[in-house]
Amino acid sequence: MDYAIISHGPSRSFPDGDDFLTNAVREASITVHVGGGAEADTAKTAVLVELTTECLGVYTGEDAGKEGSNMLGFARYRNGDDPPSNLIELVRQPNSDEAALDAARAVFEGAGFQVAISADQQGRIIDRLVRPKYNDALRFLDEGLAAAADIDLTCRLGLGYADGPIERVERGGLVHHYEVSQRLFETYGTPGYAPARRAQVAKQRADNNE
Amino acid sequence: MTSQIKTVGVCGAAGTMGAGIAIVAARAGFKTICFDTGEDALARARKQTEGFFGKSVERAKMTEADQSAALAKLSATTQIADLADCDLVIEAVFEDLKTKQILLEQLDDVCPSHTLFASNTSTLSITEIASGCARQDKVVGMHFCLPAQLMKLIEMSPGLNTSDESFQAAWDWTVQVGQMPVRTQDKPGFILNALLVPFNNDAIRAVEAGVATAGDIDTAIKQGLGYKMGPLELIDLIGLDTQVRLCEAFYPITHDPRAATPPLLSRMVAAGHLGRKAGRGFYQYDDNAMFGG
Repeated sequence: MDYAIISHGPSRSFPDGDDFLTNAVREASITVHVGGGAEADTAKTAVLVELTTECLGVYTGEDAGKEGSNMLGFARYRNGDDPPSNLIELVRQPNSDEAALDAARAVFEGAGFQVAISADQQGRIIDRLVRPKYNDALRFLDEGLAAAADIDLTCRLGLGYADGPIERVERGGLVHHYEVSQRLFETYGTPGYAPARRAQVAKQRADNNE
Repeated sequence: MTSQIKTVGVCGAAGTMGAGIAIVAARAGFKTICFDTGEDALARARKQTEGFFGKSVERAKMTEADQSAALAKLSATTQIADLADCDLVIEAVFEDLKTKQILLEQLDDVCPSHTLFASNTSTLSITEIASGCARQDKVVGMHFCLPAQLMKLIEMSPGLNTSDESFQAAWDWTVQVGQMPVRTQDKPGFILNALLVPFNNDAIRAVEAGVATAGDIDTAIKQGLGYKMGPLELIDLIGLDTQVRLCEAFYPITHDPRAATPPLLSRMVAAGHLGRKAGRGFYQYDDNAMFGG
């Protein structure tokens, strides 16, 4: 299915040269906005907006739970500075246009991605679930529950994870983890999202070096 | 001290975990005494063990001679007194503090003073389990992962009164039987369950909050993070009632709100949606085949 790219700046989902960018056409009934911007266009089948930590409602406005249109959000999951994964979190609102959803899914699956549909909630699916786990693992490290290598080894051997939580969150960047967790904490207010001390230290050091 | 361990007892050996631990010990050449309270259950476990070894031979993971040798190392009993010759006793009985404390008191009377006691608890405190025992210096945490006969990882935890010598001896034994130990403090859930139980609860709460369907959550976690199973598939596999029991073990100790039983989980258990074993949980199952999210 054809789609056109409208770039507003660098994309976290599709870095320069990504096949998804190069395979786009100039004009199509589906427009994909990347790099932090969007324009409503009700004449299109679907308008897809790349999200980072913000909600889709920032672009569409909200209407007491009745919001929804042909404008959908998406993010290709990426662990901080790691290369993007093969997963697209496709974000819908309560009354999102079903034809737009079908078209968006067809575009991404046609490009070889796996798609998971998420409501327009802070953190979508993965960050909402995984950030508290990373905070716990970092706290366990501070409390001396086990060495970092043993925490990671336990998760790889005991749970079949591709990598452990400490190595993963450090590889993705503790500052990135801080920023995502802080946004979640501001929204939900629950302690699990409060950035772990090690992430706070990394953030303070980054701020001091700016 | 490892070289002094010749005979291993397994309490709760008719259960899935206990039977797996017995396989690990016997396969490594240790005389292994399987203790449980029911003869029929022990006989069933023996049959399953024979089946497991048979498949290992079929898959060329062990020879027929090794199979015969391992089976010859295994015996079963319903009499706790038969554990009197053990150098190491590993308990894998019901996850209840009082049950484990009573067992260790009984073992104290039966076993010689040098015998090490290891607990396979996944949630309880090793120090508290050992507290009624006369040899608290010889009690260690030795948490195998399910299925024990296939998973290499063991979380090893000393209690507050565990001696360095006892811990080292138990550690060395796990290495000798081909496992991979990691050391953790004696804290609720050690590493594995301390991370997993709240994470799984968060996934349940995400379903309840309408973030996504179970299928979309599992897809996202597997594709985005490279996990072999999604959290809701995993809960269906271990049983929703088991997840409730884990919550009930954790929350009163940690007071972590993420460890509290999610309301949706309570409702599903009340409705009999216990997961794969009941044919319905976060997914529906037909002849053990998953067909929907």
